[in-house]
Amino acid sequence: MGIQSKYKSKPLDCWQKGKELRLNYYKSLITAREEGRLLVSGSGASCLALPAGLGDFVYFSGEPYGASIGYDPAFSLEAMEAAEARGYARDMCGYMRNYWGSMFLDRYYFGGPFPKPDFFLTRHLCDAGHGKWYQVCKEYYDVPLFVYEQPVTPPGVRFEDVIEYLASQLYDSIEWMEKITGRKYDDEKLIEASRNFFKSEALWGEICLLNQAIPAPLDLKSELALMPIAIGIRHQPEAVAFYEALRDEVKDRIANQIAAVGDERCRLMTDLTPPWNFLKMFRYFEKYGVVFVGIWVYCINSGQIEIREDGVVLPAKTPEERNMPLNNRADALRAIALWHLESPLSQAFSSPKRKAFDIIALAKYWRCEGVVMHYNRGCPLCTLGSPEAKLELQKAGFPVAIYEGNFADFRELDESQVLDRLETFIQSLGLSKLED
Amino acid sequence: MDRFREIFDKRHDYAREWKARTGGRVLGYFCTYLPEELAYAAGALPVRIFGSHQPQDVTDRHIYSMYCPYCRDCLAQGLLGKYDYLDGIAKARSCIHMRNAFASWELNIPLSYSHFISTPSNIQSSRAKPFLIKELDRFKKSLEEWTAKEISQEDMERAIDIYNTNRCLTKQLYMLRQRTIPPILGAEAMDIVLSSQVMDKAEHNVLLQEIWQNIDQRQNERDPGIRLMLIGSEDDDTEFVRMVESLGATIVVDEHCTGTRYFWNEVISEEDKLAAIAQRYIERPPCPAKDFPERRRWPYIFKLIDDYHVQGVILIQQKFCDPHEFDIPPLIALLKERNIPSLFLEFDITTPIGQFRTRVEAFLEMLAMEVI
Repeated sequence: MGIQSKYKSKPLDCWQKGKELRLNYYKSLITAREEGRLLVSGSGASCLALPAGLGDFVYFSGEPYGASIGYDPAFSLEAMEAAEARGYARDMCGYMRNYWGSMFLDRYYFGGPFPKPDFFLTRHLCDAGHGKWYQVCKEYYDVPLFVYEQPVTPPGVRFEDVIEYLASQLYDSIEWMEKITGRKYDDEKLIEASRNFFKSEALWGEICLLNQAIPAPLDLKSELALMPIAIGIRHQPEAVAFYEALRDEVKDRIANQIAAVGDERCRLMTDLTPPWNFLKMFRYFEKYGVVFVGIWVYCINSGQIEIREDGVVLPAKTPEERNMPLNNRADALRAIALWHLESPLSQAFSSPKRKAFDIIALAKYWRCEGVVMHYNRGCPLCTLGSPEAKLELQKAGFPVAIYEGNFADFRELDESQVLDRLETFIQSLGLSKLED
Repeated sequence: MDRFREIFDKRHDYAREWKARTGGRVLGYFCTYLPEELAYAAGALPVRIFGSHQPQDVTDRHIYSMYCPYCRDCLAQGLLGKYDYLDGIAKARSCIHMRNAFASWELNIPLSYSHFISTPSNIQSSRAKPFLIKELDRFKKSLEEWTAKEISQEDMERAIDIYNTNRCLTKQLYMLRQRTIPPILGAEAMDIVLSSQVMDKAEHNVLLQEIWQNIDQRQNERDPGIRLMLIGSEDDDTEFVRMVESLGATIVVDEHCTGTRYFWNEVISEEDKLAAIAQRYIERPPCPAKDFPERRRWPYIFKLIDDYHVQGVILIQQKFCDPHEFDIPPLIALLKERNIPSLFLEFDITTPIGQFRTRVEAFLEMLAMEVI
């Protein structure tokens, strides 16, 4: 660990394209109405392909929007205070409070008034959010809301009725959308969007896993900037094309030993989303030759991978790669239901034991020397089982550091305290600052 | 009435004694969405796991400190060995806080049985009931395997009957509180419900029937003062309720899971017992965690307010309780619209009774002026 390695490093060629896609996505929310496109809002964990059968639409994902606001403490403060002025508690989901606050202020972070959705359609994964989050929006705007919930079932168990329960709610969502919009639903468009959705998620998962390579071709800060594309437009062919190009570029970087951090000498991972206004901490620790090679929650949220019972980690196969044809509505909805249920994220939220198992599997897969855990005050669901995961990681021999913060509310982060804490941790791993 | 309180205060002794007397198994549960009827039909004693309201330092390594104090207090009791008589645990899906308490219990306190029921949160969907029936069937089978006893149709009928009797008797007692001078105080009502959650329901029914037979002989000359309603998170803080009622008020009704939400509706009989039980849990007064996209809590709450002639509401919320944090702001606004004053209090493991007394006194003084 004490020997300094030097690798070639250069920015990603895809970077600019990724930035454009991200910006265009947020701009499309402003122009959706005038372009005659439906505006649908809900959790970013939802299946974005569902409204596709209605024709052109833009999906306004709540979490990445809350994260975008989290980048900007000044706007975030106004938003948070607008939510708090209405009586909502400071310990509720940080993304949600940013989203709500922006809605209450009628100010869209990317300019103009808040884009009022035509309807809300969301997956309910979190019993401290999702269905309730958009209930508040539904009542504020008096626009319809449909919620489909993910059953909480033991990891690895595939009861037919569980799949059926989820798929049948998806069926109902289509009938409901037809009714409230008066539009005829086109199953071919659903199938096409579903293909893109599965492909994008599988590609994103695969890209995250490619960071197994030494030196790591991607750093976490870049990953976090590229991931919102998956959350906002992963049902579109543009997302698939972008992630294919990114994957190919990452493979090329691996083949040519192009590192994200030229002085990589220690590999760490983290579990949860860091505070969005504090991503500089990842750059700070590069001075020690530390590269954060991955993040548990975003490798499996908006990305799909497979973590087998024996701990083997693999890229996910899309339904069609698994010989599940997508010929009609029933095929597509069943495939979506299965995809949701098989997601390691869903399984981890069903079982903290499974969460610990998965984080350990990824820490091994990414060849990490330690894990930094974020006790995220802004997300009750994400922190489900975190302390148990910490104990399990330590039992498995991984040094673990914890810091407390909030991914979207800067008021709950003590930057210097966190840097001090993590710096001590990194020094305890035997690292010292590299000379400039 | 003192008997209910005594049993709840000595609930661990009661369960141990029940176990020794019957040879049955005791099943701890974490949330009132658990269909106790099935465990009871299997011959087990379902007991709700409660905290102790004592400071503790054993859960921080298992549950993040931003999780509600109640879930941490419950787990603490397990880690401290207070529930060493439990043979198994079960949990129905409700909030993630209690899910963490259940999961940590599973991980750290070895037991011969644990089961999680994925009770739908989307209970307003027509798909929820068929799915819950399947979940109940899995629960039933797991209980059969655990107890090595088949749960027959008759077992379920008997359990449903005993539970329905309990609900019916408790509701009848509650309804007496609509009277100008309620014969039962809020603290007594809470003792009744809390004890029912830790007792064999057949034995609890006997106590309820005794109360019911003698209720008219209860001489209650006490001026009820201001008629209050308690609304909110799990609340087993009888000390708080007694304090409120010592200040010239009476809690005439409540809407929480140690009160009406627990027993208000019965299982309506049908041939398929699992379907009947599922229907009951789908239709029960909802926890806010399951109350979307439409609001079913509001009509229920306002009917209670009307029926029980409520003059003011105390909203209690366990610190960090997300589901209630969603509902409290719009509920306060609705109460205000209908000119029903409310006082919001946030609860922790220990209750700052002195501070709360000051706030409640001020609230009651304000209400008294309005009444004049």
